[in-house]
Amino acid sequence: MKDKKSAATFAAGVRDGMPIAIGYFAVSFTLGIQAKSAGLTVWEAAVMSLTNLTSAGQFAAINIIAAAGSYLSVAVSQLIINLRYMLMSFALSQKVEPKLGIPHRMGIAFGVTDEIFGISIGLKERLKPAYSYGAMAVAIPGWTIGTALGVIMGSILPDMVVNALNLALYAMFVAIVVPVTRKDRKVAIVVIISMFLSWLCTKIPVICDISSGTRIIILTVIMALIAAAVFPVAEEGKNEN
Amino acid sequence: MRTEICIYILIMAVITYLIRMLPLVVFRREIKSRFIKSFLYYVPYVTLSVMTFPAILTATGDIRTGLAGFVVALILSWKGFSLPAVAAAACAAVLIASVIL
Repeated sequence: MKDKKSAATFAAGVRDGMPIAIGYFAVSFTLGIQAKSAGLTVWEAAVMSLTNLTSAGQFAAINIIAAAGSYLSVAVSQLIINLRYMLMSFALSQKVEPKLGIPHRMGIAFGVTDEIFGISIGLKERLKPAYSYGAMAVAIPGWTIGTALGVIMGSILPDMVVNALNLALYAMFVAIVVPVTRKDRKVAIVVIISMFLSWLCTKIPVICDISSGTRIIILTVIMALIAAAVFPVAEEGKNEN
Repeated sequence: MRTEICIYILIMAVITYLIRMLPLVVFRREIKSRFIKSFLYYVPYVTLSVMTFPAILTATGDIRTGLAGFVVALILSWKGFSLPAVAAAACAAVLIASVIL
């Protein structure tokens, strides 16, 4: 009885994870292209994707690696850029059975990406490990294999196509941010100011020489602190516009 | 695989996994501080915004096609299209723009 239910839950995870896997395949392809121009091999890029499952984080790390940045700056960049997953895990910790054991918690944790978090938190019922594993079973191969193919095939594609695909990752970031700006005006203001400051940093003489990874970290911490102070989030996690 | 790349990957993977794992495993209480909750709420949007702009304009090597892709991405995400759809449409816009321009 328990096995049958788990199988059904797993299948539901696979079903909901399919569109994510397809999207991952396309986007990780461009990540693979970036990885290649940063000098990474197929294996290095694929293992990086397999063990990290972050778009923004891997992207930033690849830039730092390409510029021969320090281990410390990679570490700090991952900490700051991926910090949101901590909040997502907190939310998911309320979504699982309180008595869920540590092994499954550790298993679920590995797959906490923006998109998998999205489908998990949207469930009507409690989040069961089988569901997470089902989603991960398709999403992770999508992300990893897409990366590998991007490294391999990137050089076969004509420049025009590669240039177009280079934009895909950024377009995905836009697709994550913009809908939230629509629902939450505070986020909209913060996003616009952040983009302006980011642009400004590329124009100011001394600051434009700071590596992009460091710039991202500094801007993130400063802006998020100011935003938290000026626009605190309402207690229930919903914001009024 | 080169050793230094292995180390980079290891560092990335461990930090990222700890970030995802610790709240689910260790902290089962809710964060009470409104300030910290707010900070964590804004971090992803600031990070993604800062990474995207102005880099998206120069991602294609031609600021005009980059702008085309950016505008299409903005419009479609505002209208609520899915992640893959937005990415695909933006790439298509770049391709079309690079042929026209």
